This record gives sequence, structure tokens and C-alpha cells, in this order.
Amino acid sequence: MLEIRWHGRGGQGAVTSVELLAMAAIDEGKFAQGFPSFGPERRGAPVEAFNRVDTKQIKIRSRIYNPDVSVVLDESQIGPAVVAGLKPSGTLIVNTAKKAGEVRDLLKKKNAGFDGKIATVDATGIAWSELGVPITNTTMLGALLKVTNVVKLAALKEPVEHRFGRIAQKNLKALKRAYDEVKLS
Amino acid sequence: MKKWPETWKEYNTGGIVFEPGNARSFKTGPWRSLKPVWDNSKCIKCGVCYIFCPEGCVQEGPDGFFAADLDYCKGCGICAHECWPSAISMIEEGHES
Amino acid sequence: MTKPVGMEVAVAAAEAVALCNIDVAACYPITPNTHIAEHLADIVADGRIDAEYITVESEHSALSAVMGASGTGARTFTATSSQGLMYMHEILPITPAMRLPVVMGLGNRAVSGPINIWNDHSDIIMQRDSGWLSIFADNGQEAVDMFIQAFKIAEHPDVLLPINVNMDGFQLTHVVEPIVFPTQAQVNKFLPPYKPFASLHPDHPLSMGTLGLPDIYTEAVKARDVATVNAKKVIVDIWKEWEKMFGRKYEPVASYKTSGAEILLLTMGSMGETAEMAVDELRKKGVKVGLLKLKLWRPFPFDEIRKAVRGAKTLVVTDRAVSYGGPGGPVCSEIRGALYDQPNRPEIVNYIIGLGGRDVRVEDFMKMVEGAPKARKSGDAYQIYGVRE
Repeated sequence: MLEIRWHGRGGQGAVTSVELLAMAAIDEGKFAQGFPSFGPERRGAPVEAFNRVDTKQIKIRSRIYNPDVSVVLDESQIGPAVVAGLKPSGTLIVNTAKKAGEVRDLLKKKNAGFDGKIATVDATGIAWSELGVPITNTTMLGALLKVTNVVKLAALKEPVEHRFGRIAQKNLKALKRAYDEVKLS
Repeated sequence: MKKWPETWKEYNTGGIVFEPGNARSFKTGPWRSLKPVWDNSKCIKCGVCYIFCPEGCVQEGPDGFFAADLDYCKGCGICAHECWPSAISMIEEGHES
Repeated sequence: MTKPVGMEVAVAAAEAVALCNIDVAACYPITPNTHIAEHLADIVADGRIDAEYITVESEHSALSAVMGASGTGARTFTATSSQGLMYMHEILPITPAMRLPVVMGLGNRAVSGPINIWNDHSDIIMQRDSGWLSIFADNGQEAVDMFIQAFKIAEHPDVLLPINVNMDGFQLTHVVEPIVFPTQAQVNKFLPPYKPFASLHPDHPLSMGTLGLPDIYTEAVKARDVATVNAKKVIVDIWKEWEKMFGRKYEPVASYKTSGAEILLLTMGSMGETAEMAVDELRKKGVKVGLLKLKLWRPFPFDEIRKAVRGAKTLVVTDRAVSYGGPGGPVCSEIRGALYDQPNRPEIVNYIIGLGGRDVRVEDFMKMVEGAPKARKSGDAYQIYGVRE
């Protein structure tokens, strides 16, 4: 079972990402959960959202404390929260133009040292260019897919089209770009 | 004649009363001690007594004047209180003259 | 059978209700139930079902409205949580008294004081004696199945009682998970149109909801009590029918790895799935533990509980609500009642868990089982698990 924790700010679409991923995984015949950190949220407040994906039935319903992957939608969130409980064998995926080494140093400076894999992609840049807005949720899905191969790229097509309608194609393009451009170290 | 369900098995499902308007069989006339008497020479046929009667027992006659159905009239006196030309008097039973 | 789709459970619940072709719905949204109210409103507005959606100004009005509609023979639905359910409370016992088969969806949420929008069972527990039938879903699939079953149970001529389907707020309502929907044809076959016992209509006038003098009230209570107790047989039969049609099994008390169990854990609601994993882990360590999952809350399955605990030395009951100054966990107190007269009965330990949305993990269930002997020795009727001392 793969456990993924997303970090964003209210309004950046983290919850939408986990829903789309869960739907895509279920369409592929897998078992999946997608849920937000429950509660009232407002624009700008840090939010967490969660995914579990497995090939057999997922019975666990508690929150995710030791994710395999942590996805950070907003660079300003780099700090202890995004690596809390993250498995040493796990991966941190960050939306940033910085290099992985810089992210690692930044974390160390904030007393949040992480020795596992770090993947980076300038999702904000991609989003501005493909979507015209700095909303990176679908873009980061592309990065997540490349790093984890949790679902096939094609599986996201229908959920994204259903959710985004007219702007679905732009989102899929941003997704594919992040898929291609993410760097893992 | 038994009017009400007695045992729990006879109690209608949900307490539904299937006989519409069966309040009619419960005659409240004997409750009163005063009864309304209309002086038709004063009555202006406005119908206010009919409207205000809480029992709905003041009825309009074929001549357009009003009277209470004494099977149900409880003698509350609201009709007399509301009557504009004071055409209604509340009189003790048996003292009508 | 249709393919599983990923859908948020609350949204799936609204879709299940739509499959049942309701006539009237009146919902006032409250977190975490909002998505049912909103999605059902969308379905009606889009014309996907031919129904009336009354946008009432409060939960009190919501229940009043669906009761009135139900009295005319309409198939009705409402949904709420916590404070909304409390706001309905004045009307709540009248629905079963009038034998109106309203179906209610509950996204279980803690009752205020302090204000808390997260999941526990205090809202439905507070309505325990209202006379509504109550069933609990363990996951999204069960929630969808139970809504469809609920209409059939409530409308059964031997039942004619309102029923609520309980889904843990957020823990279930806000999770996207795989759901297999029955087809419309299958639902139509399973659930025939509602044939009311009596209905309000000018052509055949009658009175519903009348006064009951001291002379008749006791008989009214007895009639209703008998109907509520007899509903269990109908529920079990309908669950068997569902299993035949769809292959998914439902029982008042479901068991997991209870064969040879010396210690039994009992849950009600979605935490049961996490508890299953704890049982798996404990069994690996050689602990002879099993799990009971209570799916039918009202009418309480006394016989099934007695049967299920036979042979066990210890029963660890988890509750998600507390009766202040009372016997502690409501589920546990009812189980104690069920077992009081039994010649052989297990020792009972009661943990109150997951209050106000407090997360309960696999390790917690394991600790509860392993800590049961100590808890028993303490002599306390119940323990609030995990409270910071």
C-alpha cells in the first residue's frame, strides 16, 4: 500500500488532487482512498490531504502518520510539517525552481533534516504558462505519477475531463509537462 | 356501542383516526351554563358571530339570521362579546323569557 | 454488476437515494452532511429524478416537511448531523409514533459542548429512545447499500417505522473510495413503489397525529414497541434478500476471525475496519482475538449479541459516546443488559474512543486489547481511552 500526504494552502486544490488520484486508481481496478484533513478551512491556511492506493482492499481508516510520499504544492511550506513522519525510504516532491540540494539544505536549516529522495519541479512556472494561474494541483499530480508510478498517466484523463470540463485539456497538458520535467535525486 | 379502540392490538396503526369529522359525536352542549340568544331586530347579518365562534356551531339560517347549534355550544360568550350591534345576550339556561 | 467507481461517500449516498426514486426531500445542510444535501439538490434540479426538494429554513422544518409529505404517501428523505439532529429532536419521536417510513441519512458528528464538527456517535446516541430504527455503515459501499435497504425496511407493511442510516462524519462522508452501484433495474426489482398504509387525501379524509389521552397512551406505546421489536426479523430477511441479489452480506452482528477467540473486540461504525487490521496483527502475535461489528443499533439485537459472545472470556466494547453520570458507553450498557441473565458471560471492558474526531489507529486497538486485563482490575465501569491525564 502506498500512502501519500499532500501539503497545500486552502484554495490551491490539494483536496481536488487527492480525489482525482483516488478516482483514477479505482478506475484502474485498484483500491484507493482520498480524503482531506477534515475541518473548516479557509483560503491560504495550510491544509493536508491524503491518498492511500493498494491492490487489495484498504481497511485502515485512521489518518496517515508515516507517508511514503509527501507532495508540497506551495514552496513556502517547506519545513518540519512536510517531512513529519515521512518514511526515510520515502520521497519528498516539492513545487520549486530550486534544486533538490537547496531544498535539503533549507530543511536542515529549519531543523527538519530529511535524507530520503527529493524530487523537484517548477510546477508554478508550468501552471502559469499552461493554465495562466499559479494553481499547481493538477501539475503536481504529473510529478507524483512520474516519481511513484502509482497510476498510469492515461488513468487521469477521464477524472480530469469530468472535473474540469472546458479547461481539462490545459490541465492535462500541465500534468504531462510536470511528468516530463520532474527531477528526482 | 364501543367507540374507542381499547386493547393495544385494536389501536390503529400510527393512531390514525379513520372516521372523518367524528368530533361530531362528542356533544359538548351539556358543558354550558349560559347560552347565546339573538335579538334579530338588532342583528345586521354581518356574520361576525359565525366567524368568531371557536366551536363553529353558529350557523346562518335560510332567513340570513344566525343561531347556535345547542348540541355543541359551550356557552363561551365570544359571539356576544364580538357582536357589533350587541344583538346577542348570554342567558342562563331555563331563564330565556 | 457495475464496475467500482471512485466517489465521495456522501455524494454516493445522494446517488443511492436518487436510485430509490424518492418523491420529496427536505434537507438543511450541516457539516459534515452538507454534501448529501447539496448533491441531492443538484440531482433534483437537473431533473434526473422527479422529486420535490424543499429548501427549508431549519432541521426542525426539514423533518416536519418530510413527515407531512410522507403522510400523503410520498417516499421521503432527509439528512442531518449533530446539532441539526438535536434541532429536529422535538419532532423526532413523532415520526415513528405516526408510523411514517421516513429515511434519514446521518453524518455522525459530535454534539456541542465544546463546539466540534468532527466524528463521534454522540448525536445518534442522544436520540436513542426516539423509536427510530438505526443501522450503521462500516464503509462507503455499506452506506450506499444501506440507503437502498432502508427504504425497503421502513416501508415494509410489518414495520412502517422511520429509519436512520449512520455514516461516520468525515471519516466516511468525505472520503473518496470505491463504490459499486446497483443498476436502476436492480434497485427497481429490489424496492417496489411505496404502498402507504393510509394517506392524507381529500377523497378519503382521515386524521393523523391526534391527541392521545391517558386512557389510550399506554396502548399506543405497546403497539409501537411491539412493531419496533418485530422490525428485526424484517431487517434480517431483507438483508438476506440483499445478499442473494448482490452477494454482499449484512448481519446485525458481523464477526471477523472470531473462531476460537478468547477475547472479543466490539465496534460500531467505520472504525471496525481499522479494528480488523488490529485483529490481524494480534493474531500474528498469537493472541486469540476476534472482532464483532455491530451494524444494527435499533432494534437492539439482543439474541445475536448473546450468541456472538458465547465462549469468549473477555469482551472489549468500544463506544464513541458517553452517558454522563451514567453507565458510560451506551453500546456497552446495552450489551451488559443483554448478558445480565446469561449463566456464562464474558468479563466486559468498556473503552470510550474517538470522541470529537480523535483518531484511533491500529496500534490503539491493539493496546486496548492488550490492556484489557488491567482495565478490568481497575474496577472502573468504563475508561476514556487516550485521555491525557
